[in-house]
Amino acid sequence: MATEAQALAGDWGGGVHPYRVGHRKLGMWLFIMSDSLTFSALLIGYAYVRASNVWPTPFKFYPSIVFSSVMTLVLLSSSLTMVMAVSASAHGKKSSAQKWIIATALLGATFIILHSIEWNHLIKEGLRPFQLPEEWVGRWPGSTPLFGATFFGITGMHMFHVFTGCIYLFVVAARAKKLKHEDIEISGLYWHFVDLVWMFVFPMIYLLSIDPKK
Amino acid sequence: MSAHADSAEHFAGSTKLFASIWMWLLLLTGFEVFLGYIHLPVVYMLVILMGASIVKAALIVAYFMHLRFERLNLVLTIVPALVICICLLLVFFPDSLRSRELRYSGPPAPAAEK
Repeated sequence: MATEAQALAGDWGGGVHPYRVGHRKLGMWLFIMSDSLTFSALLIGYAYVRASNVWPTPFKFYPSIVFSSVMTLVLLSSSLTMVMAVSASAHGKKSSAQKWIIATALLGATFIILHSIEWNHLIKEGLRPFQLPEEWVGRWPGSTPLFGATFFGITGMHMFHVFTGCIYLFVVAARAKKLKHEDIEISGLYWHFVDLVWMFVFPMIYLLSIDPKK
Repeated sequence: MSAHADSAEHFAGSTKLFASIWMWLLLLTGFEVFLGYIHLPVVYMLVILMGASIVKAALIVAYFMHLRFERLNLVLTIVPALVICICLLLVFFPDSLRSRELRYSGPPAPAAEK
């Protein structure tokens, strides 16, 4: 209690950063908050359209759900490697941090490759942003063609974030020796945000559209 | 550079802690996938999945993004914003159900005419 009061007094004494974080880290947090509103807008729009329409539920357990579960595992593992990178950097082991960051970026690249395979599979089936495959129209008559728009829109937006995140991480890894620990933490924040969004996208888009036909 | 002067940053968090958080995330995800596997009705799925997703998000934000170990005022700045995102979803859901009832569902069945 006393140290908290002292810390508060120290804060108001001046010469201290707001929230006791550097301006770059605070900037990243603010960016994350604004980006989560962007994804919320997309997901809320999707939920609205989904609830008020006949909606196809085409994802069979094998292979679609298993595939996307593997993708989720890859992204969660990349979050773990990122945390290890920040931890290594905090202990001053810059080259170890570099290796962990490269591992994170490679796992992110794996995620993108797997997701592109998934996209390719759906596009070959006939799914387009405003058009459903013939088979789905037959199985779910009166269903809205917006399935494609929401699926490609949301997962595409997320994939774009993963892609830019991979580039960001490769740059950070290349410059790891010259960067401060704070900068590595900041790249970690971005990467965890990307994982966080997937925690919502995966259930809402994949797990709620599982094919009931066994 | 005053950047490091005020960061009495003790990096709180061991490898074991992070690995255990990771395991919890995997378990929650596995649980969600399992619910999908047993084809739970969509309404239950929705509620349980949203709840699990919020728990997973909280774990990631608190431990991986280190927010648990930051100053309280930063926590209070960020967490309400994320809570509001969830509440926005809940605000719009009833309207979507209303909108569904308004939707034209095709011509009436001709059974009345004989």
